[in-house]
Amino acid sequence: MERIPILKMGPFLLVTIQVDMHDQLAITLQDDLTNRIAKERSRGVLLDISALDVVDSFIGRMIANISGMARVLDAVTVVVGMQPAVAITLVELGLPLEGVHTALNVEKGMELLRRRLAADAA
Amino acid sequence: MKSASRVAGLIKHHEKDLLGDWIKEQLGAASMRGDLLKEADLREQSRAFLSAVQEASQKGGIDSIDGPAWENVRQILAELSKSRALAGFSPAETAMFVFSLKQPLFARLSKDLKGDAEALGDELWNATVFIDKLGLYTTEMHQKSRESVIERQQTELLELSTPVVELWDDIVALPLVGTLDSNRTQIVMETLLQKIVQTGASIAIIDITGVPTVDTLVAQHLLKTVAATRLMGADCIISGIRPQIAQTIVHLGVNLGEVTTKATLADAFQVALKRAGAKIMKGVPAQEKAGDGDAERA
Repeated sequence: MERIPILKMGPFLLVTIQVDMHDQLAITLQDDLTNRIAKERSRGVLLDISALDVVDSFIGRMIANISGMARVLDAVTVVVGMQPAVAITLVELGLPLEGVHTALNVEKGMELLRRRLAADAA
Repeated sequence: MKSASRVAGLIKHHEKDLLGDWIKEQLGAASMRGDLLKEADLREQSRAFLSAVQEASQKGGIDSIDGPAWENVRQILAELSKSRALAGFSPAETAMFVFSLKQPLFARLSKDLKGDAEALGDELWNATVFIDKLGLYTTEMHQKSRESVIERQQTELLELSTPVVELWDDIVALPLVGTLDSNRTQIVMETLLQKIVQTGASIAIIDITGVPTVDTLVAQHLLKTVAATRLMGADCIISGIRPQIAQTIVHLGVNLGEVTTKATLADAFQVALKRAGAKIMKGVPAQEKAGDGDAERA
C-alpha cells in the first residue's frame, strides 16, 4: 500500500507530501504520524506541502486535524511551502487553518521549530 | 419578392448616381466630421459599401440582412463602426453614414415610380425598413467596439494597479490604490503570494492609504488576503488606515481579528524591521560608532 514517508530529524519529524493526496492516503498519514510522534516523543512536525498543487476541503481539514492531534501529543506542527493557489483555495473554502503554524520553506519552518523548542526549554 | 427586388434593381441600375448623391449628402450634412475623416476615405468607404450592398441585394434580397449573402456588407459596417468608434465618432454620427443614404434613395425611387402612388408607398416602406436595419446594425457594432475598448482598458488597469515592492530583505509591501472589488482582490492576492514565493519574504505590508472607502466587502477581501498570506508562512501588516476608515470599520462591526494594523506605512515598516531583526539608526556618525552603518542586520 502507498504510504507517505515520515523522516525523523532529531526532535522533529519531517513529512514531505510528494504525491497527489487522496482520502485514504490522508487517513493513513494521520494514523502513521500520530503513532510516530508518540513513539519518538517528537516535539515538532514539519509538513512540507510544496509539491501539493490541488487541495479540497477534505485535505484542508486533514491538515488542520494533523496539527490538532500533534498539539495534543505536545508537538508543534508547521506547514511549509504552501503554493499560492493552494492558499487562495483554502481561504476561499473557508479553511484559514487558524492555529496552524506556517512557514515559507523547510528551512524557515525548521528555524521556527528550533526557536519554539528553545523558548520552551528556557 | 417583386417589391423587394425593385429597390435592389434600382440600386443596381443607378449605383453611380446614388453614390454621387449620397456622398454629396454626407459631405453637406451637419454631422460630417471633416476633422476626423478625410474626404477621400469617405468616398472610398461609401463606394465599397454601396457596391457590397448592391451585390448582396441582388443575391439575398433586402428583406433581411442576416443571411450569408450580406456577410460582406456586415463586415464592412463592422469595420467602419470600429474605426469610427476609435476615431471618436459618436454613435449618431456613425449611424448617419448609413441613414444619409435614405435621401438619395428616396429621391431616386420617387423619380422612378412617378404617378404610381401605391407602389411608391410600398417601396419607400421597404427601403426605410432596409436602411434602418443597416443603421441599427452599425450602431450596435459601434457600441460593441466601444465596449471592447473599455474592457481592454479595465484589464490594463488591473495589471497596472498591483505592484508589489520589496522594501527590505524579507519585507515586501503592496500599496493599494483605488477601489477593491472581488476581481481586483483576486489579482492582488495572486501577485502578492507570487512575490512572496519569489522573494522568500516573511513579512508583507498591505498599505491601503489609496483605498477610498472600506466597506464590509473590502474588509472581507483584505482579511482573505491576510489569511492566504499567513497560510504561505508570511506575516501580514495592514497600514494606511485613515481615521475615518478606522471609524467605519468599527461601526460596521468588522472584526480584523489578530491582524496587525498601523496608521502609516512608516509605522508598519518599523514593526516589520523589528520582526525581521533589522533596525535603522538615525544620525549616528560613522566614526563614533564604527562599523555600525545606517542599518544593521541581526
